[in-house]
Amino acid sequence: MMNDDALRTGLEAQIDQWRGFVRRRRAITSADAAEMEDHLREQVADLNDGGLDDDEAFLVAVKRMGNLDEVSHEFAREHSDRLWKQLVLVPQGTPDDGAPGGIGRFRDLGVLLSLAIGAGIALKILLMSATDETTLLLNGPFLVLPFLAAYFAWKRALPLRATAVLLSAAAILALIVNLYPFDLGDPTDPYPQPGMTVLLAALHAPVVLWLLLGVVYAGGHWRSDARRMDYVRFTGELLVYLALIQLGGMVLTGLTFGVLSLVGIDFDPFVQDWLLPFALPGALLVAAWLVEAKKSVVENIAPVLARVFTPLAALMLLAMLVALLAGGPLESVDRELLILMDAVLLVVLFLLLYSISARDPLAPPGIFDQLQLLLVGAALAVDAVALTAMLVRIAEFGFTANKVAALGLNLILLVHLAWAGRLTFGFVRGSRTFVATERWQTGYLPVYGAWALVVAVAFPPLFAFA
Amino acid sequence: MHIDKDLVAASATPLVLGILADGESYGYAIGKRVAELSGGRMQWTDGMLYPLLHRLERQGLIEASWGTADNGRRRKHYTITQDGRDALAERQEQWSVVADALKQVWQDLSDGSAGLPAPRTAQGWA
Repeated sequence: MMNDDALRTGLEAQIDQWRGFVRRRRAITSADAAEMEDHLREQVADLNDGGLDDDEAFLVAVKRMGNLDEVSHEFAREHSDRLWKQLVLVPQGTPDDGAPGGIGRFRDLGVLLSLAIGAGIALKILLMSATDETTLLLNGPFLVLPFLAAYFAWKRALPLRATAVLLSAAAILALIVNLYPFDLGDPTDPYPQPGMTVLLAALHAPVVLWLLLGVVYAGGHWRSDARRMDYVRFTGELLVYLALIQLGGMVLTGLTFGVLSLVGIDFDPFVQDWLLPFALPGALLVAAWLVEAKKSVVENIAPVLARVFTPLAALMLLAMLVALLAGGPLESVDRELLILMDAVLLVVLFLLLYSISARDPLAPPGIFDQLQLLLVGAALAVDAVALTAMLVRIAEFGFTANKVAALGLNLILLVHLAWAGRLTFGFVRGSRTFVATERWQTGYLPVYGAWALVVAVAFPPLFAFA
Repeated sequence: MHIDKDLVAASATPLVLGILADGESYGYAIGKRVAELSGGRMQWTDGMLYPLLHRLERQGLIEASWGTADNGRRRKHYTITQDGRDALAERQEQWSVVADALKQVWQDLSDGSAGLPAPRTAQGWA
């Protein structure tokens, strides 16, 4: 009603400005501001009747309202909880934003929960039809992630064509890995030893799916650096929330297990058969929903963790480097070492990526950027030492699928970090902008998807499905 | 006239409850009524009224509901609850004890001294 431009007189503009000041106080909610605005308007109207013009009346009314700092302090004393940002999952209809927001959130939650149950049913069907763990491992992500993708496709109103392309890409990948004549181990053995390539495929196919999910998350705008960074942020928060939810779930299950075992009820079959197939996808979807719901309300936690651990990781890497250089020749140079190095580089990459995700691109280089540079440099040095030791001896033992996969990932990570280090160096010295660093990080991400695809699809035939 | 801050704070709750016991009202009207009752001599800082109202609401002495004013704006109305009426009765007793005691003090003062302003007399005796 007040949005009509004709009505936006000087008084309206002044009240708008005042409301802006009030709303900036964290202890004062929009409902409180609305209540005080009503007061202000009444006061102005009364003063108008007394003969004051709008400007004078406004000044007197604001003066009578009191010092905003003191008022906000009073509000904070009464509502100290407001100083802690709270996540309102299903907001009640407040006078300002009205009921539709609340209903929308409920519908949202309903859709999400139905999808979570759908994913649970799909997983349950798989559990009933497949007997060996390898098949479960291979197919689980293909059954769960589409439900998460469906949620985002619905949220982002993804065009039908893009949906069809993504779905068929995932379906083709699922078909390929399921049709490959993998070595699943001896079926008569109760604990069969599956071949390397099937495990590699089970490990890498979800990475491909996760990148496809990123396209859905970005609403199809996957070429945009900003959208990619959003997806990186989403992934980090999702991991944190998922870990917290799983921790809570484990506590509850453990308590139930303990109490039920006291009265002689075996809780285990229920957990295996029903709880896990529904709880695992449920936790993933709920975590995703939480991350989406809280993203503009609660500070991202992954960058905070990255900031805390960056100095510690730099110290750890320096210690490793000294140990590697000072210690004797590497005792066992095998894929264990390679996997270890991959893990180290991945951790460094995560620290780098999440620090970048929260950094203001326009801020000048600071001590933290130098610390990051040190981190990357130390990681590269450690990896270089390990790799040289490795390459000398790798030829002696020949190339297995596992070794090639680990080595390939190592090289990809090495390129990623080396160039990131170069760009950061340029930024710290002032010859480059931070945007270049950010763009490199997001631009390089599809390489991981491509490599995962190669490992999942090309490795099995290359290494004879061993 | 300036009234001491602590006195304003102490009297605010019974005043608000008393006004609401008369019928439901909203922030601005409550403040205006206080000014009327005191003949304009008691002026609250308007903004401070709302944290007070919210505290009384949290304590369950009053209830709030959003309604629409005559001019179409949304307005938060407050009504007193039964707990609020009980609290008001209790406050009323407390205040009448205080008022009685004060009345006697003022009486003694005006009886004992020849119309000197009260505070100065008190200081003289100390």
